[in-house]
Amino acid sequence: MRTISVSAVTEAVRKACGEMAFFYSPDILERMEEGRKNECGERSRTAMDMLLKNAAIAREERIPICQDTGLVTVWIHAGQEISFTGGSLKEAVQEGVRKGYAENYLRASVVKDPLYERVNTRDNTPAVIYFDITEGDQLVIELTAKGFGSENMSRQKMLKPSEGEQGVKNFVLETIRLAGPNACPPMIVGVGLGGTFDYSAVLAKHALLRDLSRPNPDARYAKLEEELKTAANQLMIGPMGLHGNTTVLGIRIETAPTHIAGMPCAVNICCHACRHREIRL
Amino acid sequence: MKKLTLPMDDETRTSLKAGESVLLSGTVYTARDAAHKRLVHMLECEEPLPVDLNNAAVYYVGPTPAAPGHAIGSAGPTTSSRMDAYTPVLLDEGLRVMIGKGRRSEAVKEAIQKHGAVYFVACGGAGALLSHCITESQPVAFDDLLAEAIVRLTLKDFPCFVGIDAQGNDIYDLEDTPVSETGKM
Repeated sequence: MRTISVSAVTEAVRKACGEMAFFYSPDILERMEEGRKNECGERSRTAMDMLLKNAAIAREERIPICQDTGLVTVWIHAGQEISFTGGSLKEAVQEGVRKGYAENYLRASVVKDPLYERVNTRDNTPAVIYFDITEGDQLVIELTAKGFGSENMSRQKMLKPSEGEQGVKNFVLETIRLAGPNACPPMIVGVGLGGTFDYSAVLAKHALLRDLSRPNPDARYAKLEEELKTAANQLMIGPMGLHGNTTVLGIRIETAPTHIAGMPCAVNICCHACRHREIRL
Repeated sequence: MKKLTLPMDDETRTSLKAGESVLLSGTVYTARDAAHKRLVHMLECEEPLPVDLNNAAVYYVGPTPAAPGHAIGSAGPTTSSRMDAYTPVLLDEGLRVMIGKGRRSEAVKEAIQKHGAVYFVACGGAGALLSHCITESQPVAFDDLLAEAIVRLTLKDFPCFVGIDAQGNDIYDLEDTPVSETGKM
């Protein structure tokens, strides 16, 4: 049995919250620079220039890339041979978020109740936490801090199995088109296919964590990711929605076995500031 | 690039064309979801507003807290369409300039035309860059709303595009994007 103090989890989450807010993942930045070269319109070029300059200012001056520093989602993949000591693991994650947001001057963007009592909780908690018990004694923590400009443009549909690949393509592209300028393009698009109504959405969100240089390990889905990316860029929504060639930086698909009667499909739209980190303890 | 100062006179405002690139300087008020809801509720209750909306400019933004030595934190635009339900009422009250990102409703477009107002779009997700173009930040009202409070900002050469002009033209419907002279692929 391996023992891990929950304070180590707090510390890791705290550190990741700050890093995510100030530093683009290198894979995203690389795609942004490529995108900049592909823009010849005056407005779309200005938009890409601003985004790249913004990335540099954020990094050098530690000013958040975007004022919407997001709602934190955490996946805890904990080996079943780990014993957590020193308090509540859930609370340790929340404390990490609380500390990370306060000390880095990040925005508190969470309200207590969605409908009746939209009062800010003041410390950006609670984060959404998913627990996954794995074999062995390794602890892997994945985090994302997603902004809601793009989250609001996400959709789910229970496709019929007969709709096949074309049905998936139509729904993903329709969602990107409807997101348009609201989702702060260039976007990164997570697609969750299979599972259940709810699980497809979790898959879609988790897909956003995968590095843009790593295609889907299944060649069929890797091809679908590329085809969707090409088709999405042909929509010409462009940076900032100002008409241009760079509409999406990447499309990531995650799948799961599903029911004989269904093909759940969730599309989680993310802006270019797709904040995510992976920690191994 | 055209330099404009806020508040803006009617002639300047109504002569702007969707798609034009501009630099804004002067006073704007921040307001987003919760502040809009309160302002409109106050109007319905015939209570005095904490800001004078006559020829005012509003920026849809919820900045991050200012770090020591800074006027403001990251401060890019939020999605304007969430304010659409409240906007025509505020335009009736004198609001003339809005800054945000994304499309507006038909009702808002009509109200913009009716009042000779203008909607600017700023670069979504460029909050660090845009914070450099904000030189002052002064709390005005609704402090309890934290990032959603109304704050008076002073802009200095804040870059944006004319999004919807007084004739109702919309930047997002323009397809004939001018090609940058240096921008051949």
